[in-house]
Amino acid sequence: MSMTITEKILAAHAGLERVSPGDLIEARVDLALANDITAPLAIKTFREMGVHKVFDRDKIALIADHFVPNKDISSAEQAKLMREFAIEQEITNFYELNESGIEHVILPEKGLVLPGQLIVGADSHTCTYGALGAFSSGVGSTDLGTVMATGEIWLKVPATIRLEYKGTLRPNVGGKDLILYTIGLIGVDGANYRTIEFSGNVIGTLPMYQRFTMANMAVEAGGKNGIIEPDVITLAYVSERTSSDYTVIKSDPEADYEDVITIKVDDIEPQIAFPSSPGNIRSLSEVGTIAVDQVFIGSCTNGWLDDLRDAAEILKGRKAASGIRLIVIPGSTLIYRKAIEEGIIETFLDAGAVIGPPCCGPCLGGHMGILAKGERAVATTNRNFVGRMGHPASEVYLSSPIVAAASAVLGRIGGPDDL
Amino acid sequence: MKIKGKIWKFGDDVDTDLIIPARYLNVSDARELAQNCFTDLRPDFVTEVSEGDIIVAGRNFGCGSSREHAPLALKTAGIGLIIAESFARIFYRNSFNIGLPLIESKEAAESFSEGDEAAVDLATGRIEQIGNGKFFTAKPIPAFMEELINSGGLVDYTKKTKLKNG
Repeated sequence: MSMTITEKILAAHAGLERVSPGDLIEARVDLALANDITAPLAIKTFREMGVHKVFDRDKIALIADHFVPNKDISSAEQAKLMREFAIEQEITNFYELNESGIEHVILPEKGLVLPGQLIVGADSHTCTYGALGAFSSGVGSTDLGTVMATGEIWLKVPATIRLEYKGTLRPNVGGKDLILYTIGLIGVDGANYRTIEFSGNVIGTLPMYQRFTMANMAVEAGGKNGIIEPDVITLAYVSERTSSDYTVIKSDPEADYEDVITIKVDDIEPQIAFPSSPGNIRSLSEVGTIAVDQVFIGSCTNGWLDDLRDAAEILKGRKAASGIRLIVIPGSTLIYRKAIEEGIIETFLDAGAVIGPPCCGPCLGGHMGILAKGERAVATTNRNFVGRMGHPASEVYLSSPIVAAASAVLGRIGGPDDL
Repeated sequence: MKIKGKIWKFGDDVDTDLIIPARYLNVSDARELAQNCFTDLRPDFVTEVSEGDIIVAGRNFGCGSSREHAPLALKTAGIGLIIAESFARIFYRNSFNIGLPLIESKEAAESFSEGDEAAVDLATGRIEQIGNGKFFTAKPIPAFMEELINSGGLVDYTKKTKLKNG
């Protein structure tokens, strides 16, 4: 019987020959993730279960990235609680500050998430690892606390929507534009409870960092997971980072899909999400004149080294417009180091940017770039909800790093062609 | 389980950042979290909400961040039930996991107004709009979710089913 890649991974982790959409399964978890915001509640759940030891200290990742370096006393207490738990339980993959970074960047970077695995995380952007051909999905803290105790999670097998991207991408258009276009097309609940399987010749040519960006934002269309079948690009990425065993799983040609949608990419321009929804999408040529106060390049969506390279290429020899606050936050310490070695950080500094330490920063309105009433930002992040990055009367426009960099130079939303 | 309460009405795509903004996520205490529910969208919510009140909303309630702080804050503030046309996936899981029931009814979501009163029988999914004699039937709660609610949430359910032998 034919299955999709998602169904095959779920069946394998539930010890079943096959599963179908709607089946309720108990699945074995390869890695369970929590951060400094979600871990404290998960730890509380774990304690309530009356269990003394986590199911496997090697299969839990605790990463302080949201409010670090700690922004206030309360967040320091939260981080401390997680740190003490990590020490008590001898958690192998506990990271904060040193050789750390944003959870969804460092787990792939360190080779800790692999094709064919089942990963759950108490963070909605856990779906990022689908780019590697893993099933990965965001859950809450109670789920995560239960997984830390039992190593298992209940899941409903999702139906799959297959998106086939066909044609040739225009210059300066990439994964971020494709996923924004897609959310605009299917809506912010267009894939609710379902899997998005990204496919087609265009996906086959996308480098890993752009695949991560697409899988990362599957949740912005409501997706339970977003997934891309592993190919030579995936395997090259993984083999550089780990010697661990993993399984390459692909969808059967006859697998059942709830829907198959073909997306012709030839005419897709750079895409912008207007306030206050990642589904409120316009093409760059339809934006008009929108002056901005701040540009933020970073986050689990676009904090990869190649994102910084893309932005630096635009900013080389240019300066951010007068009055623009340009903030760049590399996704990890390793990316930061490489960006220094390559001269990218110098380019940013010359352009008038300030560089933040690897963390989530202003993306979720934590710290390092909060907006005042009436201010506007272009951000390479994933959400532009009301008040997401600061005052409820501030505005966030989502874009690729290329458009964000160009907008910083222009002082208004624009692309490289406007420079 | 029967729930009777006053209606708080919301629209489509109410995200968890609106339910509780990230700037209040530097604590885990449920009572502290509850004090900041809907602080930007409905500043009157926290002071006016009563135990057992019901939220009625449109599509995709609870979208966005996986923060369980959102359903936890709503439950602790007094919300006894949420009726919506549909719920975002992670919010749906989280709510049942902590014992906050959710039901889906497009008709009820459209019919109720702010300040109305509803009486709901969770076992049958029957929703009564008090005062005008209208009745609606919610989509049945999946059997597994009902078991979670009856157990008091995922922790007690797991203790009962998986960890019973220690």
